[in-house]
Amino acid sequence: MSNITLQIDGKEVSAKEGMTVLEAAQSVGIFIPTLCHHPSLEPYGACRLCLVELESRGRSRLVVSCIYPVEEGLVVKTRSEKVDRIRKMILELLLSHAPDAFDLQDLAEEYGADKYRFEKEPSFCVHCGLCVRYCAEVKQKKAIGFINRGTQREISFIPEIAAKECWNCKECFPLCPTEALQAAFVLTKALAFSSSSLEPSPAE
Amino acid sequence: MEMDRVDQIIDKHECEASSLIQILLDIQSENRWLPKEALEKVAERLQVPLTRIQHIATFYKAFSLVPKGRHGIHVCLGTACHVRGAKRVLDAVKDLTNIKPGETDLDLKFSLETVNCLGCCALGPVVEIDGKVYGNTAPAMIADVIKNYD
Ligand code: SF4
Ligand code: FES
Ligand code: FES
Repeated sequence: MSNITLQIDGKEVSAKEGMTVLEAAQSVGIFIPTLCHHPSLEPYGACRLCLVELESRGRSRLVVSCIYPVEEGLVVKTRSEKVDRIRKMILELLLSHAPDAFDLQDLAEEYGADKYRFEKEPSFCVHCGLCVRYCAEVKQKKAIGFINRGTQREISFIPEIAAKECWNCKECFPLCPTEALQAAFVLTKALAFSSSSLEPSPAE
Repeated sequence: MEMDRVDQIIDKHECEASSLIQILLDIQSENRWLPKEALEKVAERLQVPLTRIQHIATFYKAFSLVPKGRHGIHVCLGTACHVRGAKRVLDAVKDLTNIKPGETDLDLKFSLETVNCLGCCALGPVVEIDGKVYGNTAPAMIADVIKNYD
Protein backbone atom coordinates (compact mmCIF):
# COMPACT_ATOMS: atom_id res chain seq x y z
CA MET A 1 0.00 0.00 0.00
CA SER A 2 1.43 3.27 -1.06
CA ASN A 3 1.47 6.20 1.26
CA ILE A 4 -0.25 9.39 0.29
CA THR A 5 0.65 12.76 1.69
CA LEU A 6 -1.92 15.46 1.93
CA GLN A 7 -2.40 18.62 3.88
CA ILE A 8 -5.30 19.10 6.26
CA ASP A 9 -5.70 22.47 7.95
CA GLY A 10 -2.05 23.23 7.22
CA LYS A 11 -0.81 19.99 8.71
CA GLU A 12 1.05 17.35 6.69
CA VAL A 13 -0.83 14.09 6.99
CA SER A 14 0.21 10.76 5.59
CA ALA A 15 -2.55 8.36 4.75
CA LYS A 16 -3.02 5.00 3.10
CA GLU A 17 -4.55 4.65 -0.31
CA GLY A 18 -8.28 4.05 -0.12
CA MET A 19 -8.74 5.98 3.11
CA THR A 20 -11.27 8.77 3.13
CA VAL A 21 -10.38 12.35 3.93
CA LEU A 22 -12.39 12.00 7.12
CA GLU A 23 -10.39 8.98 8.24
CA ALA A 24 -7.14 10.73 7.43
CA ALA A 25 -8.20 13.73 9.50
CA GLN A 26 -9.32 11.57 12.41
CA SER A 27 -6.04 9.65 12.36
CA VAL A 28 -4.20 12.82 13.37
CA GLY A 29 -6.89 14.06 15.70
CA ILE A 30 -8.45 16.70 13.46
CA PHE A 31 -12.16 16.94 14.17
CA ILE A 32 -14.74 17.09 11.39
CA PRO A 33 -18.38 17.06 12.44
CA THR A 34 -20.33 14.04 11.25
CA LEU A 35 -23.81 12.69 11.71
CA CYS A 36 -24.46 9.76 9.42
CA HIS A 37 -20.94 8.37 9.68
CA HIS A 38 -20.34 5.25 11.75
CA PRO A 39 -16.97 3.50 11.86
CA SER A 40 -18.40 0.01 11.43
CA LEU A 41 -20.73 0.90 8.56
CA GLU A 42 -20.10 1.57 4.89
CA PRO A 43 -19.74 5.27 4.05
CA TYR A 44 -23.12 6.72 3.16
CA GLY A 45 -22.80 10.47 2.64
CA ALA A 46 -26.35 11.38 3.60
CA CYS A 47 -26.11 14.28 6.03
CA ARG A 48 -23.43 16.39 4.30
CA LEU A 49 -22.30 17.81 7.64
CA CYS A 50 -18.76 16.59 7.11
CA LEU A 51 -18.18 18.70 4.02
CA VAL A 52 -14.73 20.25 3.60
CA GLU A 53 -13.09 22.56 1.11
CA LEU A 54 -10.45 21.18 -1.25
CA GLU A 55 -7.91 23.17 -3.13
CA SER A 56 -6.24 21.91 -6.22
CA ARG A 57 -4.70 23.88 -9.04
CA GLY A 58 -5.89 27.14 -7.67
CA ARG A 59 -9.53 26.16 -7.65
CA SER A 60 -11.50 25.28 -4.60
CA ARG A 61 -14.45 22.96 -4.29
CA LEU A 62 -16.54 21.36 -1.62
CA VAL A 63 -16.66 17.63 -1.08
CA VAL A 64 -18.12 15.33 1.53
CA SER A 65 -15.13 14.06 3.50
CA CYS A 66 -16.64 10.79 4.72
CA ILE A 67 -16.79 9.40 1.20
CA TYR A 68 -14.00 11.31 -0.56
CA PRO A 69 -10.84 9.23 -0.97
CA VAL A 70 -7.48 10.80 -0.19
CA GLU A 71 -5.32 11.96 -3.09
CA GLU A 72 -1.66 12.88 -3.25
CA GLY A 73 -1.10 16.54 -2.59
CA LEU A 74 -4.66 17.44 -1.62
CA VAL A 75 -5.03 20.63 0.37
CA VAL A 76 -8.01 20.29 2.69
CA LYS A 77 -9.61 22.93 4.83
CA THR A 78 -12.05 21.61 7.40
CA ARG A 79 -13.18 25.13 8.26
CA SER A 80 -13.43 28.14 6.02
CA GLU A 81 -15.87 30.93 5.57
CA LYS A 82 -17.66 28.95 2.86
CA VAL A 83 -17.66 25.64 4.75
CA ASP A 84 -18.95 27.29 7.91
CA ARG A 85 -21.74 29.07 6.07
CA ILE A 86 -22.97 25.91 4.39
CA ARG A 87 -22.56 23.78 7.50
CA LYS A 88 -24.64 26.28 9.41
CA MET A 89 -27.40 25.98 6.82
CA ILE A 90 -27.27 22.17 6.89
CA LEU A 91 -27.54 22.28 10.68
CA GLU A 92 -30.54 24.55 10.47
CA LEU A 93 -32.26 22.24 8.03
CA LEU A 94 -31.54 19.19 10.19
CA LEU A 95 -32.74 21.00 13.29
CA SER A 96 -36.04 21.88 11.70
CA HIS A 97 -36.74 18.14 11.75
CA ALA A 98 -35.24 17.42 15.12
CA PRO A 99 -34.86 20.62 17.14
CA ASP A 100 -33.91 18.77 20.32
CA ALA A 101 -31.44 16.36 18.79
CA PHE A 102 -28.72 16.07 21.36
CA ASP A 103 -25.82 15.67 18.95
CA LEU A 104 -26.70 18.82 17.08
CA GLN A 105 -26.99 21.28 19.96
CA ASP A 106 -23.29 21.96 20.50
CA LEU A 107 -22.65 22.21 16.79
CA ALA A 108 -25.54 24.59 16.41
CA GLU A 109 -24.01 26.82 19.02
CA GLU A 110 -20.56 26.66 17.50
CA TYR A 111 -21.79 27.56 14.02
CA GLY A 112 -24.42 30.00 15.20
CA ALA A 113 -27.23 27.97 13.67
CA ASP A 114 -30.71 29.09 14.58
CA LYS A 115 -32.82 25.99 15.10
CA TYR A 116 -36.01 27.88 14.50
CA ARG A 117 -34.88 29.46 11.26
CA PHE A 118 -36.99 27.09 9.20
CA GLU A 119 -40.51 26.12 9.96
CA LYS A 120 -40.64 23.15 12.27
CA GLU A 121 -41.22 19.90 10.44
CA PRO A 122 -41.33 17.46 13.34
CA SER A 123 -40.62 14.25 11.49
CA PHE A 124 -37.73 13.59 13.93
CA CYS A 125 -36.05 11.44 11.32
CA VAL A 126 -33.22 13.06 9.39
CA HIS A 127 -32.74 10.07 7.08
CA CYS A 128 -29.22 9.41 8.24
CA GLY A 129 -29.90 5.73 7.63
CA LEU A 130 -27.91 4.64 10.70
CA CYS A 131 -30.66 2.38 12.02
CA VAL A 132 -31.39 0.92 8.58
CA ARG A 133 -27.75 0.34 7.70
CA TYR A 134 -26.83 -1.05 11.10
CA CYS A 135 -29.61 -3.60 10.90
CA ALA A 136 -28.58 -4.63 7.40
CA GLU A 137 -24.80 -4.46 7.64
CA VAL A 138 -23.93 -5.38 11.21
CA LYS A 139 -26.87 -7.48 12.37
CA GLN A 140 -27.72 -8.72 8.87
CA LYS A 141 -31.39 -8.91 9.82
CA LYS A 142 -32.83 -6.29 7.48
CA ALA A 143 -35.82 -5.77 9.72
CA ILE A 144 -36.00 -2.05 9.04
CA GLY A 145 -35.89 -0.06 5.84
CA PHE A 146 -37.00 3.16 4.23
CA ILE A 147 -40.32 3.55 2.48
CA ASN A 148 -41.79 6.22 0.20
CA ARG A 149 -39.73 9.09 -1.14
CA GLY A 150 -39.10 12.79 -0.91
CA THR A 151 -40.82 14.48 1.97
CA GLN A 152 -42.81 11.32 2.67
CA ARG A 153 -39.76 9.14 3.21
CA GLU A 154 -39.70 7.34 6.54
CA ILE A 155 -38.43 4.26 8.28
CA SER A 156 -40.55 1.14 8.49
CA PHE A 157 -40.14 -2.29 10.04
CA ILE A 158 -41.16 -5.56 8.45
CA PRO A 159 -43.43 -6.86 11.24
CA GLU A 160 -42.70 -10.55 10.64
CA ILE A 161 -38.96 -10.03 10.94
CA ALA A 162 -39.25 -7.48 13.72
CA ALA A 163 -41.40 -9.76 15.85
CA LYS A 164 -38.67 -12.39 15.75
CA GLU A 165 -35.55 -10.27 15.98
CA CYS A 166 -36.08 -6.84 17.44
CA TRP A 167 -37.06 -7.37 21.07
CA ASN A 168 -33.77 -9.05 21.82
CA CYS A 169 -31.69 -6.54 19.90
CA LYS A 170 -32.88 -2.92 19.84
CA GLU A 171 -29.31 -1.91 19.05
CA CYS A 172 -30.49 0.61 16.50
CA PHE A 173 -32.32 2.71 19.10
CA PRO A 174 -29.29 4.41 20.66
CA LEU A 175 -27.75 5.04 17.23
CA CYS A 176 -30.42 7.50 16.23
CA PRO A 177 -29.03 11.02 16.40
CA THR A 178 -32.39 12.71 16.74
CA GLU A 179 -34.49 10.88 19.23
CA ALA A 180 -33.72 7.48 20.63
CA LEU A 181 -37.40 6.78 20.76
CA GLN A 182 -38.01 7.25 17.08
CA ALA A 183 -37.23 3.69 16.06
CA ALA A 184 -38.86 2.41 19.23
CA PHE A 185 -42.06 4.16 18.33
CA VAL A 186 -42.13 2.91 14.77
CA LEU A 187 -41.29 -0.58 15.94
CA THR A 188 -44.08 -0.64 18.49
CA LYS A 189 -46.50 0.63 15.93
CA ALA A 190 -45.41 -2.01 13.44
CA LEU A 191 -45.94 -4.79 15.93
CA ALA A 192 -49.09 -3.55 17.57
CA PHE A 193 -50.92 -2.73 14.36
CA SER A 194 -49.11 -5.32 12.41
CA SER A 195 -50.26 -4.24 8.99
CA SER A 196 -47.00 -3.15 7.45
CA SER A 197 -46.70 -0.73 4.61
CA LEU A 198 -46.81 -3.80 2.41
CA GLU A 199 -50.40 -4.45 3.31
CA PRO A 200 -53.45 -2.48 2.43
CA SER A 201 -54.10 -0.25 5.41
CA PRO A 202 -57.64 0.09 6.68
CA ALA A 203 -59.30 3.22 5.37
CA GLU A 204 -58.59 6.12 7.68
CA MET B 1 -53.14 -13.70 -7.71
CA GLU B 2 -52.00 -17.26 -8.18
CA MET B 3 -48.56 -17.86 -6.69
CA ASP B 4 -47.78 -20.20 -9.59
CA ARG B 5 -48.15 -17.26 -11.89
CA VAL B 6 -45.73 -15.25 -9.78
CA ASP B 7 -43.28 -18.13 -10.06
CA GLN B 8 -43.69 -18.14 -13.83
CA ILE B 9 -42.97 -14.44 -14.02
CA ILE B 10 -39.88 -14.87 -11.89
CA ASP B 11 -38.73 -17.77 -14.09
CA LYS B 12 -39.29 -15.70 -17.20
CA HIS B 13 -36.75 -13.24 -15.83
CA GLU B 14 -34.41 -16.09 -14.94
CA CYS B 15 -34.68 -15.38 -11.25
CA GLU B 16 -32.24 -12.47 -11.58
CA ALA B 17 -32.10 -10.02 -8.69
CA SER B 18 -31.22 -7.31 -11.20
CA SER B 19 -34.61 -7.82 -12.88
CA LEU B 20 -36.45 -7.01 -9.66
CA ILE B 21 -38.22 -3.92 -10.97
CA GLN B 22 -39.19 -5.66 -14.20
CA ILE B 23 -40.66 -8.54 -12.23
CA LEU B 24 -42.61 -6.19 -10.00
CA LEU B 25 -43.88 -4.33 -13.07
CA ASP B 26 -45.07 -7.59 -14.64
CA ILE B 27 -46.94 -8.57 -11.50
CA GLN B 28 -48.37 -5.09 -11.22
CA SER B 29 -49.64 -5.01 -14.78
CA GLU B 30 -51.21 -8.45 -14.60
CA ASN B 31 -52.71 -8.13 -11.18
CA ARG B 32 -53.10 -4.32 -10.98
CA TRP B 33 -51.47 -4.32 -7.54
CA LEU B 34 -48.74 -6.08 -5.58
CA PRO B 35 -50.09 -8.46 -2.95
CA LYS B 36 -47.89 -9.08 0.04
CA GLU B 37 -47.61 -12.82 -0.60
CA ALA B 38 -46.30 -12.11 -4.09
CA LEU B 39 -43.65 -9.76 -2.71
CA GLU B 40 -42.61 -12.32 -0.14
CA LYS B 41 -42.27 -14.89 -2.86
CA VAL B 42 -40.15 -12.53 -4.97
CA ALA B 43 -37.97 -11.70 -1.96
CA GLU B 44 -37.40 -15.34 -1.18
CA ARG B 45 -36.64 -16.49 -4.70
CA LEU B 46 -34.44 -13.56 -5.73
CA GLN B 47 -32.75 -13.44 -2.34
CA VAL B 48 -33.49 -9.74 -2.05
CA PRO B 49 -34.42 -8.42 1.40
CA LEU B 50 -38.06 -7.52 1.85
CA THR B 51 -37.00 -4.09 3.12
CA ARG B 52 -35.48 -3.32 -0.27
CA ILE B 53 -38.57 -4.50 -2.14
CA GLN B 54 -40.72 -2.42 0.17
CA HIS B 55 -38.45 0.56 -0.50
CA ILE B 56 -38.78 0.19 -4.27
CA ALA B 57 -42.49 -0.65 -4.28
CA THR B 58 -43.29 2.49 -2.28
CA PHE B 59 -40.85 4.67 -4.24
CA TYR B 60 -42.38 4.39 -7.71
CA LYS B 61 -45.90 5.52 -8.37
CA ALA B 62 -46.33 2.77 -10.94
CA PHE B 63 -46.67 0.28 -8.11
CA SER B 64 -49.64 -0.12 -5.84
CA LEU B 65 -49.67 -2.00 -2.57
CA VAL B 66 -53.42 -1.78 -2.30
CA PRO B 67 -55.97 -3.46 -4.56
CA LYS B 68 -56.94 -1.44 -7.62
CA GLY B 69 -60.21 -1.46 -9.52
CA ARG B 70 -60.73 -3.17 -12.86
CA HIS B 71 -60.80 0.20 -14.57
CA GLY B 72 -58.37 3.01 -13.94
CA ILE B 73 -59.79 6.47 -14.51
CA HIS B 74 -57.33 9.34 -14.88
CA VAL B 75 -58.79 12.81 -14.89
CA CYS B 76 -56.40 15.48 -16.14
CA LEU B 77 -56.20 18.55 -13.93
CA GLY B 78 -53.31 20.15 -15.82
CA THR B 79 -53.48 23.86 -16.50
CA ALA B 80 -55.14 23.63 -19.91
CA CYS B 81 -57.71 21.10 -18.81
CA HIS B 82 -58.26 22.99 -15.58
CA VAL B 83 -59.23 26.22 -17.32
CA ARG B 84 -61.51 24.27 -19.60
CA GLY B 85 -63.51 22.91 -16.69
CA ALA B 86 -61.74 19.73 -15.62
CA LYS B 87 -62.83 20.37 -12.06
CA ARG B 88 -66.47 19.91 -12.97
CA VAL B 89 -65.67 16.79 -14.95
CA LEU B 90 -63.86 15.42 -11.92
CA ASP B 91 -66.83 16.21 -9.71
CA ALA B 92 -69.09 14.30 -12.08
CA VAL B 93 -66.76 11.30 -12.00
CA LYS B 94 -66.57 11.45 -8.21
CA ASP B 95 -70.37 11.53 -7.92
CA LEU B 96 -70.82 8.66 -10.28
CA THR B 97 -68.19 6.36 -8.83
CA ASN B 98 -68.57 7.48 -5.23
CA ILE B 99 -64.81 7.64 -4.77
CA LYS B 100 -62.26 10.39 -4.43
CA PRO B 101 -58.94 10.62 -6.26
CA GLY B 102 -56.56 7.96 -4.98
CA GLU B 103 -59.39 5.67 -3.95
CA THR B 104 -60.89 2.44 -5.22
CA ASP B 105 -64.50 1.43 -4.71
CA LEU B 106 -65.47 -1.61 -2.66
CA ASP B 107 -66.51 -3.64 -5.70
CA LEU B 108 -63.05 -3.04 -7.17
CA LYS B 109 -64.68 -1.62 -10.26
CA PHE B 110 -62.99 1.78 -10.53
CA SER B 111 -59.85 3.45 -9.26
CA LEU B 112 -59.74 7.20 -9.63
CA GLU B 113 -56.59 9.23 -10.07
CA THR B 114 -55.88 12.80 -11.10
CA VAL B 115 -52.95 13.61 -13.37
CA ASN B 116 -51.23 16.81 -14.42
CA CYS B 117 -51.27 16.91 -18.22
CA LEU B 118 -51.54 13.94 -20.52
CA GLY B 119 -49.85 15.83 -23.33
CA CYS B 120 -52.90 16.53 -25.47
CA CYS B 121 -54.04 19.84 -24.02
CA ALA B 122 -55.92 20.87 -27.17
CA LEU B 123 -58.39 18.09 -26.39
CA GLY B 124 -59.03 19.30 -22.85
CA PRO B 125 -60.64 18.50 -20.52
CA VAL B 126 -59.09 15.08 -21.02
CA VAL B 127 -60.04 11.87 -19.21
CA GLU B 128 -58.21 8.61 -19.75
CA ILE B 129 -59.84 5.29 -18.89
CA ASP B 130 -57.84 2.06 -19.21
CA GLY B 131 -55.52 3.74 -21.68
CA LYS B 132 -58.32 5.11 -23.87
CA VAL B 133 -58.33 8.89 -24.15
CA TYR B 134 -61.56 10.86 -24.06
CA GLY B 135 -61.23 14.47 -25.20
CA ASN B 136 -63.42 17.54 -24.93
CA THR B 137 -65.24 15.97 -22.06
CA ALA B 138 -68.11 17.51 -20.16
CA PRO B 139 -69.82 16.26 -17.00
CA ALA B 140 -72.82 14.72 -18.78
CA MET B 141 -70.71 13.18 -21.52
CA ILE B 142 -68.23 11.55 -19.13
CA ALA B 143 -71.11 10.19 -17.09
CA ASP B 144 -72.40 8.40 -20.21
CA VAL B 145 -68.96 7.01 -20.93
CA ILE B 146 -68.46 5.67 -17.42
CA LYS B 147 -71.83 3.94 -17.41
CA ASN B 148 -70.55 1.71 -20.22
CA TYR B 149 -67.84 0.16 -18.07
CA ASP B 150 -68.54 -2.77 -15.83
S1 SF4 C 1 -34.82 7.01 12.68
FE1 SF4 C 1 -32.98 8.02 13.49
S2 SF4 C 1 -31.31 6.57 13.01
FE2 SF4 C 1 -33.04 5.98 11.73
S3 SF4 C 1 -32.72 7.09 9.79
FE3 SF4 C 1 -34.06 8.38 11.04
S4 SF4 C 1 -32.68 9.78 12.10
FE4 SF4 C 1 -31.41 8.10 11.32
S1 FES D 1 -20.97 12.22 7.88
FE1 FES D 1 -20.39 12.58 5.85
S2 FES D 1 -22.28 12.96 4.90
FE2 FES D 1 -22.88 12.42 6.92
S1 FES E 1 -53.50 19.89 -19.31
FE1 FES E 1 -54.74 18.15 -19.63
S2 FES E 1 -53.76 17.23 -21.31
FE2 FES E 1 -52.46 18.93 -20.92
